[in-house]
Formats: sequence, structure tokens, C-alpha cells
Amino acid sequence: MTEMIATRQAYGEALVELGEQNKDIVVLDADLSKSTTTAKFGKKFPERFFNMGVAEANMMNTAAGLAACGKVAFVSSFSIFATGRAWEQIRNTVCYSGLNVKIVATHSGVSVGPDGASHQCIEDLSLMQVIPTMTVIEPCDAIETKKAVTAATRYQGPLYIRLGRAAVPVITRREDPFVIGKANILRTGRDVAIIACGALVANALTAAEVLSKDGIEATVVNMHTIKPLDKETLLQVVKQVNAVVTAEQHVLDCGLGSIVASVLSRNYPVPIEMIGIDNRFGQSGEPDILFKEYHLLPEDIIRAAKKAVGRKKQ
Amino acid sequence: MKNLQNLDIKSLEEHARIIRRHVIRMIAKAGSGHPGSSLSAVDLLVALFYNKLRHNPRLPKWSDRDRFILSKGHGCPALYAVLAEQGYFPVEKLDTLRQFGSTLQGHPCMKTTPGIEISGGSLGQGLSVGLGIALAARLDKKDYRTYVMLGDGELEEGQVWEAAMAASHYNVDNLCAIIDQNDLQIDGFIHEVMSSHPIPDKWRGFGWHTIEIDGHDYPSIIKAYDDAGEVKGRPTVIIAKTIKGKGVSFMENQVDWHGKAPTKEETERALVELNG
Ligand SMILES: Cc1ncc(C[n+]2csc(CCOP(=O)(O)OP(=O)(O)O)c2C)c(N)n1
Ligand SMILES: [Mg+2]
Repeated sequence: MTEMIATRQAYGEALVELGEQNKDIVVLDADLSKSTTTAKFGKKFPERFFNMGVAEANMMNTAAGLAACGKVAFVSSFSIFATGRAWEQIRNTVCYSGLNVKIVATHSGVSVGPDGASHQCIEDLSLMQVIPTMTVIEPCDAIETKKAVTAATRYQGPLYIRLGRAAVPVITRREDPFVIGKANILRTGRDVAIIACGALVANALTAAEVLSKDGIEATVVNMHTIKPLDKETLLQVVKQVNAVVTAEQHVLDCGLGSIVASVLSRNYPVPIEMIGIDNRFGQSGEPDILFKEYHLLPEDIIRAAKKAVGRKKQ
Repeated sequence: MKNLQNLDIKSLEEHARIIRRHVIRMIAKAGSGHPGSSLSAVDLLVALFYNKLRHNPRLPKWSDRDRFILSKGHGCPALYAVLAEQGYFPVEKLDTLRQFGSTLQGHPCMKTTPGIEISGGSLGQGLSVGLGIALAARLDKKDYRTYVMLGDGELEEGQVWEAAMAASHYNVDNLCAIIDQNDLQIDGFIHEVMSSHPIPDKWRGFGWHTIEIDGHDYPSIIKAYDDAGEVKGRPTVIIAKTIKGKGVSFMENQVDWHGKAPTKEETERALVELNG
């Protein structure tokens, strides 16, 4: 059985490890530190942890002030509050000033589950990638999350990491490389490329195995960095297969699929199908039921892959 | 904390007159900008930069400097003029305000202008940044102070009160807010558009040490800055009653002069009044 760990759990652990080595790391949270798991850092380094109360806008700019004085400021809340409530603070103060603020937000996607639509942020990739100079990352599992958080600490400038609440399978290995802006090819095939991020990477791999039994060989790319997108790897991969499926736990508008489509349409147009949430809000329910309802399962990816391959032959 | 220059009141007033002349000329040349908002803040800025702030214009990034944030970023012509006169950049640069390619953007930009601590222009955000800087100073065991200037209309932004609550919670006595209380915002008088009164009671309620002064009276301003530095265990707010457009009679207390450039003729009249 594959191990199941929530990416947010790995975040808290990574912070404690990194905080030990780097005394410039400070962490801010807005009364959600148990859920985001930043409380682990707070317990270990109380003087470098700031609970800012339920006030995300102020928290974001306080982080900016700390970063302006040389701190590596990690800011956490649920994705919807971090990126939605504090969007303009992120845009005008953090990014425009080019400050070293790391926004690491949990509870993205419908996999939040029973809390329902208000807490299921399915717009954060759009909201963050649209800001000039912002870097946007969605790791696919706990191991990759630790690497992303470590890389974020070394990276200079504003950066967003999208994490989830629910446990997800651990599909990467400790020795796998993680470089911001460099996609990882997990599997290669000749017929179609599945470009996925976050929790959808595991589903893409499952889909590829089933497709293989049906005689369709899929390449699977873990596009952990949504911005800047690794155009080079994308084009290189797509030129081998000439058909694409994108997969994300996010609205189709301005998420991974849209960005991939925009790069391909300008450089190398091929049939493309997209897995994502189509102009709907989430709702209460367990993550697996919601994945079915919102067509985010391997079977949905398989259907999309077959369609993309079929369009190629037309 | 020692006063770097300790100028007498007369020379401070003389500097203020020069700054006000710059403000009028810059905005006239640019063809747009906020003269009323700039002029009301001049005396508070001059007293701070010429008499209180621990800073070195030749080393704008000196790590022990006191920090100043103009949260009411639209008043930046006054700040630019002060920075130029203090030697952060050549005074001639003031002529380029708001032009393409200028280091002096329409609202403060930390990447282009030496002496600007944080980019601004969106109201309500500066005090939170100041809080972050104050917390960093405490972590680093540094004794620099952080000053944040806000408009009274800006106090309508909820984030200001989030910051007020948090600064008080974290007992940052190295943080000082300055309210340029000119009783005007864009659409009219504060009490007509959205009353933020009673301002001192609100800050006291949030746990701040509160000082009320006349924002054009140098002895009071200097005393307020000095007193703020003595307060321990909580942040201080200086609520300075000011006159929007101060120094140019036809601009004073006129809502229309919030954000428009004077014509050639108006500029001349203003400069005659500011001729000393
Ligand atoms: C968040 C935000 N909303 C609106 C504006 C547009 N705006 C610029 S100045 C201003 C009024 C500010 O009044 P006040 O704070 O009293 O400043 P004053 O010019 O009177 O010093 C407004 C609404 C803005 N810059 N930022
Ligand atoms: Mg005002």
C-alpha cells in the first residue's frame, strides 16, 4: 500500500527542520496554525512565530515588513483566505515590492471535503499566477512538499505554495530532483502527454497504467511549478506525442490547463483536453465523492486521453 | 535617541517653505498629482526627517536606520522633495515626477526611489508593514524606530484596525503612527463621507498611547516625536490636526485640491505665496 500523508503535514515538519538551520525564518499564521500545521514551528520557535489572529490582510503586510528587514517570512492560512482576502496586499505590497514572502496555503481544492465550498479554494492558482513576478508551486505529495518548502527558503522573492488538507499518496522518492520551474517527467509514452499538478499527479499515473493496458502509452509530467511554467520540457514532451491532457484540482479558467494551452497554442498547437472544475463551486462531501462529482478521477483522465488521441487522428 | 540635526524652529519652517515650493512645481510640471495631500503633511515630514529620524541619505539601506513609511502614498511629492533636499537623490530629479522612465513614480516605489522603504499607493496597508518592521527590529535586537504616516480617510480601511490591534497585542513600542488629520478625503469632509471620529478614542481603545497635536506647530510636533520615543510597552499614535493644502491660501481646506495639478497661473500665485 502506498503511504498516505497530507501535504500540509509535511509543511509543518519542513518548517521545523528549516527553522533549526535558518534563524531568519519567521512564520505567521491567522488562527489556523493547527490546521496549516505551522503550530509545530510555533511550539519550537515561539519567538519567531506570530499568530496574527483572524486578520489575513494585516498578516500579509506584516510579513512584508519582516521580509523587508531580511527575514524569510512564511505566511500561512487556508488558500481561500490567504490568496483571496489578502490578494491586493500580495499584489501591491509583497510582489510589487519584490519581497521575500512565502505564502504557503493549505486547504486548496475540493479535497477539503465536508467544510464545503466556502473553504474549498479552487481559484488560487489563477489568483496567484496572474500577479507579475509571482512564483506558483503545487507539490504532488508530502516528499515533494518538503523539497518545495526547502527550495522556497533558498529562493529570493515572492512565492506561493498550494497545499491540501486530505492525505494523498506518496508517489515521489526522496532522491527525485526538485527544481523550481523544472517539470519532472514521471513516465514516457508515445501517444499522449498528461500534464498534472498536485493531487492529480497520482491520478494521472493511475490513468496511464490503465491506458497502457488499452494500448495507449502516456507520458506523465508532474508540473509542480505552475509559474514560471517549464515551457521547454512541455514542448519537448508534447512534440513526441502530439496530444495533451491537463489535470488539476482547480477551476479550468486560468489554472494549469489554461497556461499550458496558451503556451501550446502559440508554439505548437495540438489537441488538448482539460481535467478540472468547470465553472462550479465545490460542496460538502468526502474528498473521494467530490473527486467523482467534479470529474477528477483516473477514469476521467482516461476518457480525456482517449478523446485527445482520437482528435489527433482526425 | 539623538536628534541628528536639531535645527531651530525658524530653519525648519524655512525648509518647509522650500519643500512646499517643490511640491507645487513638481505637480504642476507633472500635470497631475495630489497637492492638498502633500502640503498638509509637509511640516510633519520636515520635523521628522530634519530633526528626529536616525538616517543617512548616503546609505539609504543602512540596517540601523529609522524607517519611515508613507502609507498615504499619494502624498509622495512631499516625501520626494524631502528626500531630495536631504540628499537621497539630486533635487533636479524632482522635475521628472510621474514621467515615463522616472525614478519618481506616481506613488512610492521602493525599487526605483532611494529612501522609500516599501512600495505604496493602496491605502490601509502601511501600518501592517510598519508592524512587521517593528517586530523584525525586536527579533534582531536593534533599536531603530518605525514611523508610519496615514491619512484620516485612510483610517476607514479595516486593515488599519487589524494592524492597530496586532501592534498593541505585540506591544511594539518601537512603532509610531502619525495621522495627518486634515479632515478631508476625496469625496468631501471626513464627517460627511464616513466619519472616523472620535479618532483618539478609537486608538486609545485599541491600546495605543495617544498624542494629539497641531500638525503645523513645530514645537508640538518635535515634542510629540520625542515623547513617543519614551513610551514603553505599547505603540504610540500622533494624531496631528492639519490643514489640507496648507501654505497655499486658495488650496487650503478645499476638497477640490486633493488631486489635481495647478494651472500655470495658479502655480505662479502659489509660488508667490510661498516666497518667504
Ligand atoms: C485602497 C485604496 N482605495 C482608494 C484609493 C483612492 N484614494 C486615493 S487618496 C484617497 C483619499 C484619502 O484620504 P486621506 O487618507 O484623508 O488622505 P489625504 O489626502 O486627505 O491626506 C482615496 C480614496 C486608494 N489609493 N487606495
Ligand atoms: Mg485626509
